[in-house]
Amino acid sequence: MALDPRFRALFETFFEEAAEGLTAAEGALLNLSPGSEDSELVNLLFRSIHSIKGGGGTFGFTHLGRLSHVMETLLDQVREGSRHLESHSQDLLLQSVDCLRCILIAHKEAVDVDEERCERLSLEIESILAAGPGAAKEAAPNTEVVESLHSQHGWRIAFQPFPHFMAHGNDPYRLIRLVQELGPTTIVSSFAEAKSFASFEPETCACSWILELRGEASREEVRDIFSWVEGDDCELEIVELADESASKTEAEFEVASEVATHATSQASTSVQMASSSIRVPVDKIDSLVNLVGELVITQSMLARVEQDNVLHQVPELRDGLGELERNTRELQETVMRIRMLPIGTTFARFPRLVHDLGRQLGKHIDLRLSGENTELDKTVLENIGDPLVHIIRNCVDHGIEAPASREAVGKDPMGTIDLRAFHQGGHVVIEVRDDGAGVNREKLLAKAAEKGLVEADAALSDEQVLQILFHPGLSTAEQVSDISGRGVGMDVVKRNIEALGGAIAVASEPGKGTLFRIRLPLTLAIIDGQRVRIGDETYIIPLVNIVESLQAKHHHITCIAGRAEVYRFRGEALQLVRVSEVLSVPRSQKSRDGMVVVVEGDDREVALVVDELLGIQQVVIKSLDTNFERVAGLSGATILGDGTIALILDMNGLIRLANSWRHSRATQSRCRLASQ
Amino acid sequence: MEGVIGLGDTSIAAIGTSESGASKGAQQFLTFMLDEQEYGVDILDVQEIRGKGTVTRIPNVPSDIRGIINLRGIIVPVVDLRVRFGMEAKSAPPKRVSIVVLKVKSGNRERAVGIVVDAVSDVYSVTADNIKDAPEMGDDVDHEFASGLAIVGERLIILLEASKLLSGEATGDLEAR
Repeated sequence: MALDPRFRALFETFFEEAAEGLTAAEGALLNLSPGSEDSELVNLLFRSIHSIKGGGGTFGFTHLGRLSHVMETLLDQVREGSRHLESHSQDLLLQSVDCLRCILIAHKEAVDVDEERCERLSLEIESILAAGPGAAKEAAPNTEVVESLHSQHGWRIAFQPFPHFMAHGNDPYRLIRLVQELGPTTIVSSFAEAKSFASFEPETCACSWILELRGEASREEVRDIFSWVEGDDCELEIVELADESASKTEAEFEVASEVATHATSQASTSVQMASSSIRVPVDKIDSLVNLVGELVITQSMLARVEQDNVLHQVPELRDGLGELERNTRELQETVMRIRMLPIGTTFARFPRLVHDLGRQLGKHIDLRLSGENTELDKTVLENIGDPLVHIIRNCVDHGIEAPASREAVGKDPMGTIDLRAFHQGGHVVIEVRDDGAGVNREKLLAKAAEKGLVEADAALSDEQVLQILFHPGLSTAEQVSDISGRGVGMDVVKRNIEALGGAIAVASEPGKGTLFRIRLPLTLAIIDGQRVRIGDETYIIPLVNIVESLQAKHHHITCIAGRAEVYRFRGEALQLVRVSEVLSVPRSQKSRDGMVVVVEGDDREVALVVDELLGIQQVVIKSLDTNFERVAGLSGATILGDGTIALILDMNGLIRLANSWRHSRATQSRCRLASQ
Repeated sequence: MEGVIGLGDTSIAAIGTSESGASKGAQQFLTFMLDEQEYGVDILDVQEIRGKGTVTRIPNVPSDIRGIINLRGIIVPVVDLRVRFGMEAKSAPPKRVSIVVLKVKSGNRERAVGIVVDAVSDVYSVTADNIKDAPEMGDDVDHEFASGLAIVGERLIILLEASKLLSGEATGDLEAR
């Protein structure tokens, strides 16, 4: 379906809002437990679906309108208390939410809508509706009494046909006449948009009506008149016309109830989106971040001038510079915060995932989320979703046992997965903990040996065994399922997390469960770095990688076979990497060994030799491949306070580089020997 | 502070145009000196000229990549044309050099790349009939980068194709060396 380009912007807003609405609806649906409806959640659900229906109608997405309409009707009954939400209808509603999402995507990408699926779901919901309010039958007369009390007053019917109303063979006048038959009616008609006579289209319906019906008619009777057209062909709102003074529109009522429940229940506030926001394209924010970075550099340049004593005679200037420094710091922090989003948006998809997977595998799993408000950089957030999906799938599939075997070992048949996010010293930590069987050491080892990853009789520590989990081409599931078990899971997870500058660790206790702990930087744009001098050049070592820095001691350096050097550090022999050689830094004379920086990278610790430690500072990472290309051993560059550039070392890359460099040198020296 | 000359429409005049009143169909070229020879690049490919910039070396890249510079917060690589053209390197390369920053189309995005020059020379308008195809120039000049020769009065200017200075095949070629 082609979208009218004039409405492009409107569509995009609608799509975004509808997607958010669907996510909120999904969350609410999952939180609703059948039988005991939380009115706050039902209201939220109803409102989300209602606005999608409204939008669908406005833009002429008929399928969207059709399905959301029947969903809304069902929810309306739940909301009014005339129906309980059974688990069957809950499932159906979940499927419908999926279907709505598909329809939205189809419209967005201008491809065909899966009409059949939409129709099937609509019919299923209709059949539920037709079957009557099942368990809530006793409640029905009750509501009727309420209605008959009000029916003295009548109904206010907002009847708003869509433009194609008449094209579908409907006659607005006939419907209005039918309403008039129910009782005395006042009719107010209005034109949605005033059109010139020249552009007047006799076949489109540009009118809408507000009918005020007085008399004994019930809501059902009124609704019956419009039953053919409601949703698909028109927007219909029926509000009871109580005392003139006390009349409340549905919308007002919703607001009132929302306020009332809002005050009482604080627990469900996390379901609701933040109060007010504007949508801004990311590149605008990025250029803002860039500019502020520049400002910080300019500011520190000015601060250096100030130190040169020249400006001390002018106190106003000095005060001004002090003020400037404070303001720039604050501005930088604020701007960086713009890119930060709560992790809750990423977590929101997991209840559904666990719900569906659990159902599919016949496992009962309770997913507990906490720390949804922990904020992370948008880029990190976007890239952490998939690794988390992998881990959680693994927990559901491999971690949590089937209910029967859980009961057999005396555990609660309902498994638990805890998903937590929290801040820890400049990092965000995400933990996924399940209370399943834990990693089976023997099985894992046997599998690894079978695949030739380890020696069959190798003596490995528990930690080493768990590291096998992240090895490419390993799957411990006895049967390869479509959920997990293709063996491409955990190694990709690890790589993706490392690409974000994070780290993943795993701990497991047989019979008790498994814990995955992901540590992520708050932002990709800024890191804490240790400035080091190598020759005449300045490099940055990310502080996260540094284990310890110490004065190099000659007697701790041992040369192995004339080539590789090791450094003795706390009883361990670490590979010694002379950064100046690996990065071929030009040096005037062979300087004495300065400092040794013990770093962690590429899954081990190595000792780097640098000339001097300069200072620790926050640096803004600038990528090299914007205008150039990635360079081995470097993760980017940064601009120092004086405007010069310092290169940021990438530990994994540097260590790999060191090894290949040593290897090539070894080959060279062998060649030289051979040729002599 | 490094000297920066912007190349808006007005500042071109500030650099000085020898051939004022660009005739119809004429192309404007910014020229610079490199080893006594004048080279030209299409002025529309020029982003800016930096006088006396310091270049930060990057380790383990082809030798004709002189390093990177900070262009108002953006990292821009700098190519040493002397090395790329196989000329003799200056005995003691100066710390501060003049750099012409070019906009280069690479795939579907635009990148910035700087070239180290001995001196920025002039801006000329050259009509199409004064532009000749590049002849075989022997080994001294890699004519892959040259798009033609422009004749201005008595002088001969070698025209360079900015897009080939950092294009995939050129750098790939370099990596293979």
